[in-house]
Amino acid sequence: MIALLGLIVGVAVGLATQTDVPAFLAPYLPIAVVAAIDALAGAARALLDGIFDDRVFVTSFFFNVLVAALLVFLGDQLGVGSQLSTAVVVVLGIRIFSNAASIRRKLFGA
Amino acid sequence: MSPPPKQPGADSQPTRSGQPVGVMRSARDSQPTWDSQPTWDSQPAVNSRAAWRRLVRALHPRISRAQLAVGLLCALLGFAAATQVRQAGQADFSGLRQDELVEVLDQLDRQASQLEAQNWELEQERDRLRASQTQDEAARQAASARAETQGILAGTLPAYGPGVTITVRDPDHKLTAPVAYLLVDELRNAGAEAISLSGVRITASSYFAQDEVGALLVDGIVLQAPYEWIAIGDPQTLETALGVPGGALAAVRTQGGSSDVIQHTAVEIVATKALRPPEFATAIE
Repeated sequence: MIALLGLIVGVAVGLATQTDVPAFLAPYLPIAVVAAIDALAGAARALLDGIFDDRVFVTSFFFNVLVAALLVFLGDQLGVGSQLSTAVVVVLGIRIFSNAASIRRKLFGA
Repeated sequence: MSPPPKQPGADSQPTRSGQPVGVMRSARDSQPTWDSQPTWDSQPAVNSRAAWRRLVRALHPRISRAQLAVGLLCALLGFAAATQVRQAGQADFSGLRQDELVEVLDQLDRQASQLEAQNWELEQERDRLRASQTQDEAARQAASARAETQGILAGTLPAYGPGVTITVRDPDHKLTAPVAYLLVDELRNAGAEAISLSGVRITASSYFAQDEVGALLVDGIVLQAPYEWIAIGDPQTLETALGVPGGALAAVRTQGGSSDVIQHTAVEIVATKALRPPEFATAIE
């Protein structure tokens, strides 16, 4: 419940404050958001499995975001920034999909 | 509860060969590494009721460390996502990475050089058109100047300029056509550019004659004395030429006539002559 509330509050604050993304964060923010969504999907799945652990969630959240941003940063330094960020998005997207599939199977048994 | 038979295909991964599902579950329960495991669901839905129960329990608002942590991170995610969505919606260049910016810059450069080339071509064409227009204008001016010259010389245009008027009186009606012809000849020799006689323009094809009663005819028109000549040219030269001994005016006097020559700074010859287009002759280009 508090998670949903937090999500809504975050979106509202984000829309209300009209914050500008700092230039040095601009390439990493979309990847970070996707990584965080992936962590959230994993957490939801773990919750349904009954193995949810907040410490693991917090750690994985930040770790995912950090690794994704690092990969993109590395890609930028190597001159393959756009390709590598595409790769990261693809991998994270696959993970989100498979987690969603698993959640679906747990909740609906199909 | 035994797992339902696994559906082949769909989005399921084959279960790890031979390993009983229960064993796997217990192994995973003891070690919550859900996010480090491959996320493929390697086990079919075992207990949807239990899953729903857990979901409902989690959705129950209660303050716990886990709930607060998840809520905080969700707020962070929501904030970041909203900000990013807004940023992406602005569609400016601040969100692009360096190589994308280079690409955009390249594209703009190419476009600019293309437009420049086009601009240059259009300018060339404009200059060419302008030059040809100037040329046309010059040709038109030259043609109109030539037409004016020829019109004056051929007698088709009224003329204006310095010249003389000559009044020839013939009280005895003894003046003959050759005398008139002589006068025209003198005027032409003296450089007269346009001549008229009593309202008839004298041109290269003009002729003089006399009818049966001795009246002077010019181009078939009967004239009455006194004869009014107008000639455009240098007045001084014209008068000198007319007054030479044995010249035209002397011939007039010997035939019993008299004459007055008056110099003018400006005389006007309004009489014109219609040209007959040549019937036999054609110009050699």
